[in-house]
Amino acid sequence: MGMRYVPSDLEGEANKDLEDLRNKLLSRPSPGASGPTGSWRLFRPEVSAAKCVKCGICWLYCPEDVIAWTQRELPRIDYTYCKGCGVCASVCPTKAIEMVVEGE
Amino acid sequence: MKKKILMGSHAVAEAVKLARVDVISAYPITPQTVIVERLAEMVERGELKSRYVRVESEHSALAVVYGASAGGSRVFTATSSHGLLYMYEMLWWVTNSRLPVVMAVATRAIGPPWNIHTDHNDALTIRDAGWIIGFAESVQEAFDMTLQAYKIGEDKRVLLPVMIALDGFILSHTSEPVLVPEEEEVADWLPPREPLPFKVEPGKPFAVGNLGPDNVTMELRWNAWKAAERAKRVIEEVSAQYEKRFVTGTSSGLVERYETEGAKYLAISIGAWSGDVKEAVDALREEGYDVGLARIRYVRPFPREELRDLLSSVRAAVVLDRSVSMGHMGILGSEVRAVSERTPVKNVIAGIGGVDVSYKDFISILRGFVEEYEAGLSGEWSVAEWYMPWVTER
Repeated sequence: MGMRYVPSDLEGEANKDLEDLRNKLLSRPSPGASGPTGSWRLFRPEVSAAKCVKCGICWLYCPEDVIAWTQRELPRIDYTYCKGCGVCASVCPTKAIEMVVEGE
Repeated sequence: MKKKILMGSHAVAEAVKLARVDVISAYPITPQTVIVERLAEMVERGELKSRYVRVESEHSALAVVYGASAGGSRVFTATSSHGLLYMYEMLWWVTNSRLPVVMAVATRAIGPPWNIHTDHNDALTIRDAGWIIGFAESVQEAFDMTLQAYKIGEDKRVLLPVMIALDGFILSHTSEPVLVPEEEEVADWLPPREPLPFKVEPGKPFAVGNLGPDNVTMELRWNAWKAAERAKRVIEEVSAQYEKRFVTGTSSGLVERYETEGAKYLAISIGAWSGDVKEAVDALREEGYDVGLARIRYVRPFPREELRDLLSSVRAAVVLDRSVSMGHMGILGSEVRAVSERTPVKNVIAGIGGVDVSYKDFISILRGFVEEYEAGLSGEWSVAEWYMPWVTER
């Protein structure tokens, strides 16, 4: 059955609606706020330890903030959320990131 | 309370000043320009402590006040015709983010041909965008409604943007005596805005309207729907409270009833020309025609119940439309038809592109309407009639 709204307790209904509005309209920053977006990926970025110079450019450019990096380590990609856009591979100065077809 | 002689545009600016608006952003377009020009002068002279943001387009103007409103500020913008159409996308962002932005629209025809004179098609294009839409009849009412817009839109029970339309030139550039309440009186009646439904501020990051499941969109529309229903009661309450306190002599509520008591025939209109319709009603009453006028003050939320009551007690009604929806009828005509249960409703389209319609024209339109009804011709009313007495083709 459908719903019909006839205001009766304006104040009380407004308070409930305000809470509902805030819950649905606003979102706080949290990891993967839009779900496990890694499932969207067609190509998977893979880092070659031999070619990587640990410069951090991929970390800087990643639009989804799914690359973890420190100056001493290889970048680590969080595949739960990486959508496989390929920006990291594109900006890597030593071509150390290869986009591999997912599932191969 | 002071009595000032003000043009409609200056009256709106005066109301915005009294509302102690924090941020103003607008792009000039005739006939609205005078409103923001006056506000710019007030800011320049230091009479008004607002941030005045100059922008390169109306889309940006509304985007600026959208952001400022999200940050908790009380805001204002104004536009007309093509400028309003250029804002169109942002209008929906404002509503769907539930920000109580206030905007004045000095109504103006949409081109081509270029035309700076009034009709209501510009303001009514935003009919479905979720804004509260008021139409003023006089300069005093444009002033009153602008001030009330803040109290209505910012009310926790509402939280919707408000547009106040005033007919370009007819109200925007015409001077009338206006009763202007004192600053302290208004400050007492309209306290600073409570930053609802949210306040964007540094250090507390959150996103407004992030991607979400489809049902969330529908549930948020339902949330706004309920607010618009409550807005009817809030409009009645705020306008009655205002009139009681400041006694400026304008009507309150969603519909003004003029000579409707015992009327057998009803005219329905919005905006400035309603004053001329009233004169026609007076003249026809003297001739023995039982005609009254229902002047719709708020097109959204639409006064369904009020009009249904008024329509059910008359034989027939005529809607005087200064707007048209091609392939159907006048916009107001179709709105009124939708709430009439049995009463036949005639729709007359007139005054498009600012064509002058005087009280004499209304006498002839209303007389014709009554005579047609009495001659049993109301069956022909399913097709709207264009009133263009200077055109001879029939």
